[in-house]
Amino acid sequence: MNLRPDPTFHATPKLAMEAPAENLAFTLMLSPDGSQPDGLAIVDVDPNSETYSQIVHQVIMPNTGDEFHHFGWNACSSALSPLTGHAFLERRYLIIPGIRSSRIYVIDVKEPLKAKIHKIIEPEEVFSKTGYSRPHTIHCGPEGIYVSTLGGGGEDGTDGPPGIFIMDCETFEILGRYEMDRGEQTKHYDFWWNLPRDYMVSSEWGLPPQFENGIVPEDLLSNKYGHKIHFWNLRERKNVQTIDLGANHQMALEIRPAHDPSKDYGFCGVVVDTTNLQGAIFTWWQKDDGTFEAKKTITIDPVPADADDLPELLKGFGACPPLVTDIDLSLDDKYLYVACWGLGEMHQYDVSDPMNPVLAGKVEIGGIVKKTPHPNGKTFGYGPQMVEISRDGKRVYWTNSLYSTWDDQFYPGERGAAMVMANVGENGGLTLDENFWVDFPDGYRSHQIRLEGGDCSTDSFCYPSV
Amino acid sequence: MEAVNSATALWWAVVASGIYHGVNPGMGWPLAVSAALMDRKRGSLYKALGALAIGHLIAMAAILFPFSALLFLAEWQREIQIGAACLVIALGIYLLINRRHPRFLARVPPTKLALWSFLAAMAHGAGLMLVPIYLGICRTIETDAGHAAADSLMAGNAGIAVVVALAHTLAMTVSGGLVAVGVYHWLGLKFLSKSWFNLDVVWALSLVLVGVLSLLFLH
Repeated sequence: MNLRPDPTFHATPKLAMEAPAENLAFTLMLSPDGSQPDGLAIVDVDPNSETYSQIVHQVIMPNTGDEFHHFGWNACSSALSPLTGHAFLERRYLIIPGIRSSRIYVIDVKEPLKAKIHKIIEPEEVFSKTGYSRPHTIHCGPEGIYVSTLGGGGEDGTDGPPGIFIMDCETFEILGRYEMDRGEQTKHYDFWWNLPRDYMVSSEWGLPPQFENGIVPEDLLSNKYGHKIHFWNLRERKNVQTIDLGANHQMALEIRPAHDPSKDYGFCGVVVDTTNLQGAIFTWWQKDDGTFEAKKTITIDPVPADADDLPELLKGFGACPPLVTDIDLSLDDKYLYVACWGLGEMHQYDVSDPMNPVLAGKVEIGGIVKKTPHPNGKTFGYGPQMVEISRDGKRVYWTNSLYSTWDDQFYPGERGAAMVMANVGENGGLTLDENFWVDFPDGYRSHQIRLEGGDCSTDSFCYPSV
Repeated sequence: MEAVNSATALWWAVVASGIYHGVNPGMGWPLAVSAALMDRKRGSLYKALGALAIGHLIAMAAILFPFSALLFLAEWQREIQIGAACLVIALGIYLLINRRHPRFLARVPPTKLALWSFLAAMAHGAGLMLVPIYLGICRTIETDAGHAAADSLMAGNAGIAVVVALAHTLAMTVSGGLVAVGVYHWLGLKFLSKSWFNLDVVWALSLVLVGVLSLLFLH
């Protein structure tokens, strides 16, 4: 407990943008075959430092087979609302779930270069206290830390639907399930909210048998992956509305609400439209009567390709799908970054008018067919995937792995971990920074990035920018 | 003369505790700023302040009225005062040991500010802190009045309870309101994180202090 609010808590997104820039990044490393334990890499991102773009510390876990994916902070700017009563928490711990093992690590990063394991929650505890498995997204909410899961109970995670559970934000004890009434929600992926407006939005990937051993083509072609987004009354814990984006819009993943809570809209990325292989972004919004609506506002076309250039899975289609696997919104709600993992492109859309996004910048790197190298000449394996934006909106970082078994299907063979950074132009535009390239230890792939002091997909703000 | 002095001091204590609650962000003024910014209407700030005040006032009344009813047992007054003082000390010690925030407060929707304010005041023992002060005021007045009839005593005590709750809430609302207006118009929300201090320990100790003082002055 602090005597003052943590200096990295900001009342508004605007104040967060004005705060000092990040000097360190935290990047997850996963061992795709489980031969080594997964780890957390602490990366120097201070351009004035001698160890710029190098890993300066690693926390390696004591177990193998966790498969790190997403992670988050124990506390963020949401603590500044008197309603939550947690103003004096420290942003000090990273909560890292293993989506394959269901084990959860709490890492103390108070001294980042000496970051260490603070607590380990074993899978059995997650199973017995929640009936859920395969924990995933982390957000700091009204009653503690909210954790979304991808699986229900049982060996293969299909005994009951997956959902969200809550952890105590000080002791990290699992408190129990979030949902009182889940309505028609039977799958899960991401979630986020608007705290003052008291609603939450959640999305769907698929059930564990649909992803753990790789993508199941028959399920995809018969539209059996998730394609709905759910709107919840946050504090009543009730699903109040479900919007079906259309069964062809397979895998509705990241949910990115506008950071300024006075804005009543947000975005959701869809990996693939099975009718035409397009990737898509939907804009969703709350209407005056409190109900929600969603509309497709961005489509990204597939690119025709030779069967020889395509992996087994895609040969029959004669085209490379964009595969929109991650999206992220800058803190001023101006630019939406869209990772096209299949094409090997990072798109920057100006979403000042959320209903009419305009492509403002683009970087080509990696890709199934194009395999564009980094400007420094090095090979960037896979495609742009997990993307994170600096608070000031000037730097965009990304890594290249999607999920171990899926990487192997779309990009057969070991292609190596990468983390790169692009600079954002004064009036938009995106350029890769030639001097930023992180070398990872052998045998690892890289996944989500968190920035020191918070970033554009962690903090929830309780006060409008104005 | 001594009675008048201590009565004045006690009334000031009522007002001071109101200001103390009011300027503390934890009692809700940032929610008023947020309401005005969300609605883009200054009026929402005052509406939110009003809701917070109503909740706080009801919390004060809910604690003070049972004690004013108890004072009907005039011959037990000393024992009641000792009991109240001990209760306040016990709550202070409990809050010192248990430093966790009550989680149920986070379940209140942001639209129900009055309910939130009521529960926050109850959970932190804001009303209980006023009890020893209130009982002290009742005592000074009875000393003046001599042996009044039981029913008029009771009416008088209830009246004092109302005035104590109102004065405290008014002080809280005006002080919190001034901060909210200042932040909304001039200071900006940066003031929130700059000015918020963790008063948990101070708060718990002040509960103990109020209880101990009232025990000391009982003689």
